[in-house]
Amino acid sequence: MRRRTVLGAMLAAPAIARAQGAARVVVVGGGFAGATAARALAAAGHRVTLVEAAAEYVSCPFSNEVIAGFRGMDAQRFGWDTVAASGVQLVRASATGVDPAARRVSFDGGSLEYDRLVLAPGVEMRFDALPGYTEAAAERMPHAWKAGPQTLLLRDQLQAMPDGGRVVMAVPANPYRCPPGPYERASLIAHYLKTHKPRSKLLVLDAKDQFSKQRLFQQGWAALYPGIVEWVSLSDGGKVTAVDAQAMTLTTDFDTHKADVANVITPQRAGRIAVAAGVADRTGWCPIDPVSFESRLVPGIHVIGDAAIMGAMPKSAFAANAQAKICAEAVTAMLSGQAPAEPRLINTCYSLVAPEYGISVAGVYRPVNGQLTEVEGSGGTSPLDASPAVRAQEAVYADAWYRTITGAVFG
Amino acid sequence: MRLLLPALILVLAAAGPPGAASCTGCHVAGGGIGVLQGRPAEDIVVQMESFRSGARPATLMNRIVKGFTPDEVRALADWFARS
Repeated sequence: MRRRTVLGAMLAAPAIARAQGAARVVVVGGGFAGATAARALAAAGHRVTLVEAAAEYVSCPFSNEVIAGFRGMDAQRFGWDTVAASGVQLVRASATGVDPAARRVSFDGGSLEYDRLVLAPGVEMRFDALPGYTEAAAERMPHAWKAGPQTLLLRDQLQAMPDGGRVVMAVPANPYRCPPGPYERASLIAHYLKTHKPRSKLLVLDAKDQFSKQRLFQQGWAALYPGIVEWVSLSDGGKVTAVDAQAMTLTTDFDTHKADVANVITPQRAGRIAVAAGVADRTGWCPIDPVSFESRLVPGIHVIGDAAIMGAMPKSAFAANAQAKICAEAVTAMLSGQAPAEPRLINTCYSLVAPEYGISVAGVYRPVNGQLTEVEGSGGTSPLDASPAVRAQEAVYADAWYRTITGAVFG
Repeated sequence: MRLLLPALILVLAAAGPPGAASCTGCHVAGGGIGVLQGRPAEDIVVQMESFRSGARPATLMNRIVKGFTPDEVRALADWFARS
């Protein structure tokens, strides 16, 4: 009975908003997903508020190039001025909770009522997943998986390391943000070592046997970085089971590896507000309907980007941007009492194996049986037998994509 | 209800056929990748179908076009040409 009353109140809320002229949509998180959604929703005529705690956005795509020392951090920094100028109200605060029955999101210093809520909180690094890997340990063994001070810390550690040193990376099991990211990072760290510290080694300890663009990366490592990169798969004992930040060691089932520089990409989960809102499940990620991206757990809340379980779609900035635009269309349809249209989504993801050596993976996705599924026969990776000219062309496209996407989202 | 109408029209104009929102992840002004908006529909269809057949060499579009039927490509081309 109580449930029915709550449901009734929920259904009534959009009608009130319509009577006032425009629906209130709150977006939490101003990254590639959230900022895109906020702009698209404002363009559709809604009253949009974007809640974001950070003073600036630091892009993860291309941050591996910063770590490897051939790109400045300034090319990674963006603000929300243009987003605000496009009709989005900005609230600089950290969202702390959601009351789905009252349709209210709270943040430090206030709260906002919404007709629809879009959560785009990205990922949170887990400090309870790997024994020894605490927030304090991350200051000695950076994850550098959220761009910002961690990126610069890892870069500076690599630059301070003497020639002949040993870099060790720990790579988690799926799912995590940016599936090919650890291997692009391994490639570019190897490039840095080869160029500046050729007696050094890179050991990649992996909790997986297979990874994104694997054959392309391994082909590139064999050709460009022989004797520098060693990748240890799960089956060969690659899974890191504990770390000691004081001793600078990483432990696997068979060995303890001493590192001069350690990059520990710890497991992740959806950003904290997803848990507070009740939209994250036991896996730590957010199950969604693949047509509207509405939470399967809490009605009225949509989840997009890295925090959501998007079926076969990887957690990438390209995917987040595409999902955000579809989500804005779905929210608009639902607010006017229409059913959202079935989406078709594309992902494109470039990685650099070296500065002028790019590879890509692409996919086209549609909802099948409640899951985003790759359209048969579509997508795939760059060919193994591509010429150096094609690799160079893909590196150019990677850069063009970055300028396009950051311009469209923040510019 | 009357007040919502202009907003609704804007949205109907903005929402394209399936896939359109993803095409503009690359194909918009500002990054040096070709812009689709306003391009003749016939031109888009010919290019896409030559990516599909392999007649036009590609790094990526040959993989993406296979996620769309010729009819879906045509719908996208018509929409981009109009918008």
